[in-house]
Amino acid sequence: MIFDNIDMDIERGKVTAIMGPSGSGKTTLLKLIGGQLKPDSGSVIVDGENVHQLSQSALYDLRRRTMGMLFQSGALLTDLSVYDNVAFPLREHTTLPEEAIHHLILLKLEAVGLRGARHLMPAELSGGMARRVALARAIALDPQMIMFDEPFTGQDPISMGVLVKLIHDMNQALGMTAVVVSHDVNETASISDYIYVISDGKVVQSGSPDALKHSDSAWVKQFLDGDADGPVPFHYAAEPLIDDLMGGIKSVRS
Amino acid sequence: MIADKVLNKLQQVGYKTLSRFSRVGRASLFLWQVLLSLPYVIQRPRLLVRQLYYVGVQTLLIILVAGLFVGMVLALQAYIVLVDFGAEESISLMVSLSILRELGPVFTGLLFAGRAGSALTAEIGLMKSTEQLSGMEMMAVNPMKYIIAPRFLAGVIAVPLLTSIFMAIAILGGYFVATEMLGIYEGVFWSQMQNNVDFYDDVINGMIKSLVFGFVVVWIAVFEGHDCMPTSEGLGQATTRTVVHGSLAVLGLDFILTALMFNV
Repeated sequence: MIFDNIDMDIERGKVTAIMGPSGSGKTTLLKLIGGQLKPDSGSVIVDGENVHQLSQSALYDLRRRTMGMLFQSGALLTDLSVYDNVAFPLREHTTLPEEAIHHLILLKLEAVGLRGARHLMPAELSGGMARRVALARAIALDPQMIMFDEPFTGQDPISMGVLVKLIHDMNQALGMTAVVVSHDVNETASISDYIYVISDGKVVQSGSPDALKHSDSAWVKQFLDGDADGPVPFHYAAEPLIDDLMGGIKSVRS
Repeated sequence: MIADKVLNKLQQVGYKTLSRFSRVGRASLFLWQVLLSLPYVIQRPRLLVRQLYYVGVQTLLIILVAGLFVGMVLALQAYIVLVDFGAEESISLMVSLSILRELGPVFTGLLFAGRAGSALTAEIGLMKSTEQLSGMEMMAVNPMKYIIAPRFLAGVIAVPLLTSIFMAIAILGGYFVATEMLGIYEGVFWSQMQNNVDFYDDVINGMIKSLVFGFVVVWIAVFEGHDCMPTSEGLGQATTRTVVHGSLAVLGLDFILTALMFNV
């Protein structure tokens, strides 16, 4: 079981963060919201529709209308240029003339600061640039909500700052709902309105960033401060060291 | 102790059997979805043409070279056997019948599985592991329609075409060896073939075989790519399975089809 009795509200027009240690199922949660995975029980409601009871065509329709998703790797189509990647959803889902699409692409790329990189291929981009292109592509159809899967992981400080600014600006300027899944505490806390901290399939605590900072849960404190030892022990469960040392070589195999 | 081991083994056998069957089930559902997506491809001929280039045109060279040599070797071997009976003038008959009925479709199927099938699996599997397929789903574009179906249809179209090219070049190779090296008269070579090769029994049956082989090999290739574990190890295993299963399927089906077609 990955999640046990989880209950979350994601408010329209706000930035909601879902934080938790690696392997706590944060990405799985986004896939559940997007309808890529089915829960054994429970429901996910997006824009008034129960995602997992929709027919395939209704689900694709809901995704097109309401959702964008930014994958950790960017998930750019490797055989298309930056320009064509951003054009992809527009060409697939609209009947706009190529000229209008051209203008839209330039505006979307301008928003992420990569208008000048439109002729590059995905393999020529740095990780941060790839994520920005993916963001431009995700907002191409102006979705109501964007889900960010670990947007800051593995980024240098500058790219990280750029991404933080972009998420903040999109939310403020366009009123886009943002769901940010991350374990980068400071960056995430700086832009989110509400934070859910999950661990072991449960919501451990939720609240505004300020409220969480003053949390009296030792676990949340350790997570936010990044302490090496605490309720989550430094050592993986094992018998005492002295017993292990005296047990001889055999103990490795048993 | 022993009872435990036996139970364990039984459990393993049960588990493996179940997972095999569920794979077959998944592959069948997958094929059904691919077939349902084909109308989309017909509306987007550009996607199809691109894939025809990748799986068809890029496999052409290996087909040409292999076909030429197979035809040449066949002519030599036929001559060695037939000359003892003074029947070396029937050399074209032996070359053309073995090419049209068996070697053309089978060789093309095997070469296609190795060259294009493995490339298809690797490409789709890599798209899966780099989240391109998921990304497409979230952009509300069904990868089944946009990625899988064009590749599938391109393969099914390409294999019979490649087979007919293989057949033609192999017969030309045989012709070259027979007339230039072995001294058979051209007229004899062609007239023997004309009199004894039946269009329906030999040529059409060979093409039906190639259609079946193409269908099965491409099905295996795209399914393995789509179903692979998205890791480098899983990708390697899936590519290997495409070549192994694809080749075995071609050989096994060839036996069944031959038995059915030639009423043995």
